[in-house]
Amino acid sequence: MLTHEYAGRPITVNEEGFLADSAQWTPEVAEAIAREVGIPLTPEHWKVITYCREDAAKQGQSPGLRRITQNAGVTMKELYQLFPKGPGKLAAKIAGLPKPKSCL
Amino acid sequence: MAEAISTAGWPQVPADKEVPGAEPQRKVAIIVSKGTIDMVYPGLILANGARMSGIDVMLFFTFWGLDAITENKVDKLHVATVGNPSLPIPTLVGGLPGMESLASKMMKKDMAKLDIPNVREMLQILQDSGAHIYACGLAMDMFKLTKEDLVPQVEGVLSAMDFFDKAESAQIIFT
Repeated sequence: MLTHEYAGRPITVNEEGFLADSAQWTPEVAEAIAREVGIPLTPEHWKVITYCREDAAKQGQSPGLRRITQNAGVTMKELYQLFPKGPGKLAAKIAGLPKPKSCL
Repeated sequence: MAEAISTAGWPQVPADKEVPGAEPQRKVAIIVSKGTIDMVYPGLILANGARMSGIDVMLFFTFWGLDAITENKVDKLHVATVGNPSLPIPTLVGGLPGMESLASKMMKKDMAKLDIPNVREMLQILQDSGAHIYACGLAMDMFKLTKEDLVPQVEGVLSAMDFFDKAESAQIIFT
């Protein structure tokens, strides 16, 4: 585990940069991670991030892309436009969640 | 034990701009040469996982793999019940009329339970994700197929040389 400063606070992340404790996440932390991966967050991004956090709180695991497209009101194409460097990892990373286990 | 790190280690490059000297974009080319359910899905799922991770993907369907992108076959792929030692039924039983349909139906049902999309849907998901889907021209000639016989997600028809041109610098997976 590593400690990384996001939004002026020390945040614990794993080797791949995912937050170790999603409770350390704040919207400001999301903004900071997003900046780091080169994504300026828009309301559309926030729709996805908010859904991911809500769903993970209920399910105990990060949603895969298929689950996001089925419930968050965003299409697969849009997900890839929002997170061109790989929505599977980046949506979860910015939402302060672990890397999704789902292959879909 | 926690140790402090700087932001320098992680990519800060806008997605559409590659900086000289930056890590090269990962690319993978997946060849699908078989048309049974169990031989088509691994390629499709790997392709999807790669795109989810931001890796460039091309899929090349050849020989029996063409079944998976042929309009009148894509929804009727089967699992082999004869000569398939992994299936828990004896080959002689597997050869009985109707067994292959039954086994295929059961497998599709199990996959639907896990919300795994059917092959046609997988191809659409892959196209939406930005994966490139190609068909092998020689195999199409063998099976007397034209581009019109293929599903619309197919971007083009390639020769073996075209494939290697497009797959330059990609990791290649043969299934």
